[in-house]
Amino acid sequence: MPRRAGAPEVNAGSMADIAFLLLIFFLVTTTIETDAGLDRMLPPIEPPENDVVIKQKNIFQVNISKSGQLLADGNLTELTALREKAMAFLENNGDGSCNYCREGKKDPTSSDNPTKAIISLKNDRETKYGTYITVQNELVGAYNDLRNREAERLFKRSFTDMEAEYIKQETPPSVKAELKEKITRIQDMFPQKLSEAETSSSSSN
Amino acid sequence: MSKFAKKKSGELPAVSTASLPDIVFMLLFFFMTVTVMKDNTLKVKNELPQASEIKKLEKKDRVITIYVGAPDDQYASQYGSEPKIQLNDKFSNASDVGDFILMERAKKHQDLQNVLTTSLKVDRNANMGLISDIKQQLREVNALKVNYTTYEGDAFNNLKN
Repeated sequence: MPRRAGAPEVNAGSMADIAFLLLIFFLVTTTIETDAGLDRMLPPIEPPENDVVIKQKNIFQVNISKSGQLLADGNLTELTALREKAMAFLENNGDGSCNYCREGKKDPTSSDNPTKAIISLKNDRETKYGTYITVQNELVGAYNDLRNREAERLFKRSFTDMEAEYIKQETPPSVKAELKEKITRIQDMFPQKLSEAETSSSSSN
Repeated sequence: MSKFAKKKSGELPAVSTASLPDIVFMLLFFFMTVTVMKDNTLKVKNELPQASEIKKLEKKDRVITIYVGAPDDQYASQYGSEPKIQLNDKFSNASDVGDFILMERAKKHQDLQNVLTTSLKVDRNANMGLISDIKQQLREVNALKVNYTTYEGDAFNNLKN
C-alpha cells in the first residue's frame, strides 16, 4: 500500500514533563554559591625574630567597641568618614620622601610615608561581625582607592581591575607576567600593612 | 453539500504547547550553568554581610569552607540560639577547627596543600569572639590565608538591622 502521508508525527507532549523533572532535580540538589569576599592574611603565630620599633605616629589605631562605635586614632569617628581618614593617614607623607602622594598634608604627628604607615585594627569580643566587615571593607577600600589612583595614572587602568584579571584562570601566562610586574609596582607604592592585634576581652577595657 | 458540513461551528483550536519543552529546557540549562552541587547541608543561618572591595575566589579546589551562624530553627531547641561553627556536616567547637583544617588539607593534592584559602562564611549577626577563636586556631595550624566571604553590595547595609 502506498503511503499517502509522510512519517507519522511523534507525540511530544511528555517532553515538557521530562524537562520539568530534570529542572526540579537541579533545583533541589544545587545551590548558587557566593565565592567572593575580602581576602586577608592572618599574622603568623611565631613572633618575628627581631622586634622592629615602630614610631607611634606611624600607627593608625582603629578600635571597634562592642556597641559598634569606632575609635580612629584616638577620636570617635563615624564609619562613613573612616575611609577618608585612613587615606589621609596613608599618604600624609611626613618626611616628604613620597613623590606620588597627592594630598599629603605633611602633618608631623601623622605617618612618615606610605611604606611606613601601619593600620592596626582592634575589636571587642562582642563586636558584631557585620560591623567588623564594614570596617575591614573601608580600610581595604582606602588602600584600593589610593592604588587605583596610581595605577590609573601610570598604566591607565585601575588596580583592582588588573588584580581581578591576574587571578583569573583564563588569563594567558604572558599577560599574567606583565600584570604581575605592574601589580607589584603599585603594591610597593602603597604596601598593605593592616595588622590585626589579638582581640581584647570585654573585661579588660 | 458535504463541503459545508465539514465546517464545525464554534470550537476553538487547541493551543499549541510545542514550545513548552523549549522554555523549560532553557530554565534547566540556566540552573545547570549558574549553580553547583551542594556538598553539605547548611545547618546554620547564614546571612552573609555585604562588602564592596571584594575579590573572587577563583579556584574551587583550593578552598576550605567554615560556616558560622546561629543554628537553624529546627536545631535551635537542641543547640540553642547562640552562633555555632559548622564543619562539614556537624556543629563543632572552636577547638575543633585546627584539626578540621589539617584533615581537609591532608585530603587535597600535594601541590595544593600550601596554597589553600579558608573561606569564612559567617552570619553577620555573629560576634567577633567566636571569629577570633577561629582565627587563633587557623594561625596555630598555619592556615593564614582567609577570605571573609561576603555578598557584593554596600558595606554600610551591614549596620542596619
